[in-house]
Amino acid sequence: MLDQSYYDTADRIIEQYGKYPKSLIPIMQDIQEAYRYLPGELLTYVAEKIGITEAKAFSVATFYENFSFEPKGKYVIKVCDGTACHVRRSMPVKEAFLKELGLSGKKHTTDDMMFTVETVSCLGACGLAPACTVNDEVHPKMSPEKAVELIQELRGGTHEA
Amino acid sequence: MRLDNVEALAKCREQARASIDAYTCRILVCSGNGCMASGAQKIYDELSRLTEGLNQVSVEMQKDVPHIGTLKTGCQGLCEYGPLVRVEPYDYQYVKVQVEDCAELVEETVKNGRPVERLFHRDGDAVYEHPMDIPFLSKQTRIVLENCGNIDAESIDEYIAAGGFSAFAKAITEMTCEEVVEEIDKSGLRGRGGGGFPAGTKWKQVLRQKEKERYVVCNGDEGDPGAFMDGSVMEGDPYKLIEGMMIAGYAVAAENGYIYVRAEYPLSVKRLKHAIAQCEEYGLLGDNILGTGINFHLHINRGAGAFVCGEGSALTASIEGNRGMPRVKPPRTVEQGLWAKPTVLNNVETYANVPKIILQGADWFRTIGTEGSPGTKTFSITGAIANTGLIEVPMGSTLREIIYDIGGGLKNGATFKGVQIGGPSGGCLVEEHLDQPLDFDSVKKFNAIMGSGGLVVMDDNTCMVEVARFFMGFTQRESCGKCGPCRIGTKRMLEILEKIVAGNGEMEDLDTLEETAKFIRERSLCGLGKSAPLPVISTLKTFRDEYIEHIVDKKCRAHVCKAMQAYVIDPEKCKGCTKCARNCPVSAISGNKKEAHTIDTTKCIKCGTCLENCSFGAIYVQ
Repeated sequence: MLDQSYYDTADRIIEQYGKYPKSLIPIMQDIQEAYRYLPGELLTYVAEKIGITEAKAFSVATFYENFSFEPKGKYVIKVCDGTACHVRRSMPVKEAFLKELGLSGKKHTTDDMMFTVETVSCLGACGLAPACTVNDEVHPKMSPEKAVELIQELRGGTHEA
Repeated sequence: MRLDNVEALAKCREQARASIDAYTCRILVCSGNGCMASGAQKIYDELSRLTEGLNQVSVEMQKDVPHIGTLKTGCQGLCEYGPLVRVEPYDYQYVKVQVEDCAELVEETVKNGRPVERLFHRDGDAVYEHPMDIPFLSKQTRIVLENCGNIDAESIDEYIAAGGFSAFAKAITEMTCEEVVEEIDKSGLRGRGGGGFPAGTKWKQVLRQKEKERYVVCNGDEGDPGAFMDGSVMEGDPYKLIEGMMIAGYAVAAENGYIYVRAEYPLSVKRLKHAIAQCEEYGLLGDNILGTGINFHLHINRGAGAFVCGEGSALTASIEGNRGMPRVKPPRTVEQGLWAKPTVLNNVETYANVPKIILQGADWFRTIGTEGSPGTKTFSITGAIANTGLIEVPMGSTLREIIYDIGGGLKNGATFKGVQIGGPSGGCLVEEHLDQPLDFDSVKKFNAIMGSGGLVVMDDNTCMVEVARFFMGFTQRESCGKCGPCRIGTKRMLEILEKIVAGNGEMEDLDTLEETAKFIRERSLCGLGKSAPLPVISTLKTFRDEYIEHIVDKKCRAHVCKAMQAYVIDPEKCKGCTKCARNCPVSAISGNKKEAHTIDTTKCIKCGTCLENCSFGAIYVQ
């Protein structure tokens, strides 16, 4: 069960976009922005509020790659595998992240909920290939070594916090 | 401040110009995606901090009072050398500026007008003081990008000072809807999103519809990996896009417009939202624009990570809150688009061309580019190229001009192998195409498409079979699954390509690939499916020998395909330290202590552990 604050947040977001079927995607995006994932129960709630079926809401949510029903880590690392990054060897960078964090192609988030590693198609930072983002902040010209350093830096930062 | 009529807009322009003229020094910090990633924000903060005291010198903003302004512009183009800083009026272009450089920059250039020579762009012995000295910039023709890098992307006043909204004012005061549409039609402006469909034809068709409720939609879902032109326009000059859409709205009598922006472009969304809010405040968007009774509202929709939403009917479905799947056409978007109403749907670059056409006329526009494809085209050049960046050249420019004259040739002097044009649904152009003029029609002849303008340059370290597999993997993942040919066909083609890359290919696989490709091309529902096999078709045509090498000789000449790599120990360099043998997870390495080791290729799983750990650099991949 989600606590009441989730529903309050949802209400506030629904209010902002209006109770129309067309508001579904922006509402889901804002919920996901708030919680870094889209809780299934909340989607059911939203569907009812804006007057669409639960099935419809889930069909839309599962269609788009950006929506995740799984909670994500505190740091979401997106490794760009667009064409420019791919030809400048982005995959070894991703592998370095996965290795450093003990993740795999199937396991995207660390058990301590600190890191999630994903691949994206193009971040539009092709001039800085290979690139990755950590919570939307772009890190340019990556290498497997820099990937390991970045993780260590982020880990260090969280200890301080 | 609300502008109540066209005269008020003109007055606002005079004021805005006067306040810009009042600056004795302007520091322009590029805040495009690329430079932001290289730390432009810190440079901006530091320069603002350093010039703060100087600001206080000026009592108010008026002429002849020393005044320093630091502003964030859109992409200045030379992404590779970011963060970029330009200082006016001296027109000094500084590259790779670091926080530590700021103090000297302010002291020397801002206060004393002297250049900081070590920050100039250099190429060999050549030193470039001014942006227009740099071949990368001087060989371009900038229409769409004219303001990118020259104005503050977050200031409507700067856009107005640069002549912004005068095209819209001209359209609504001097031209009827029909005349605007006629002008666009005459200009021969073709959709820059890839298809190259004439914009004027679309607008005409929408204007002709009986249904009076109409929409103007902008496709900013620039999904092609390796393309960032539209993102740069949205970030760098959002007002130009807005003005283009306003003119389109007036021309087809639409009261609402939607901009669909890719989820991966948060900065574009931010800048557009800001720009729309400013336009509303100035009375340029909303009800009764400039007191003329014209209404036009602009909305932003963010994409949610579906490449197929770049397809017109999928995009409108997504705005409506549905799964972004294409539908069978007809009816076409111009008849039944968004909410099943007549809809003008163009991409960012197309709209960004509109204001200048209205202002300077169709005849002027036709003087640029080729007969069939007038105007310019923006390209993002990336990959194995010396100067990565954003460029704009007349249609009909050759690849050689783009890659060698502007792009500075291949990175590290490598050998040119090919260039992928049009993204994952485009094709590959090679050596023999270098001197062919590029426009919508010529590119089609080479089994490729113009696409939105992503150019990924590949050198001989690129394996073309692997590249084809990469693109097929992309389209297969992004196939929406609605129609069988695309959903199943791309999957089958991908499986075959994976098989070849893994070293298990057979010669008849090539026939199956070609046959399936033809089938998908002919039977798919939308453009995504129809163009999905293009990379395979074009590489099979031009690089067939590489496919055959993979299949018959089990060899990858670029040493990219893992299955075909062989790890070898150089006996000259090997000291016999036994480190590799100890680390090998499958005990494939043998040899006596202090003697050269060898790798048993039948046991080796090519994990690369030995190579990573060798202290003497004795292990290499063959």
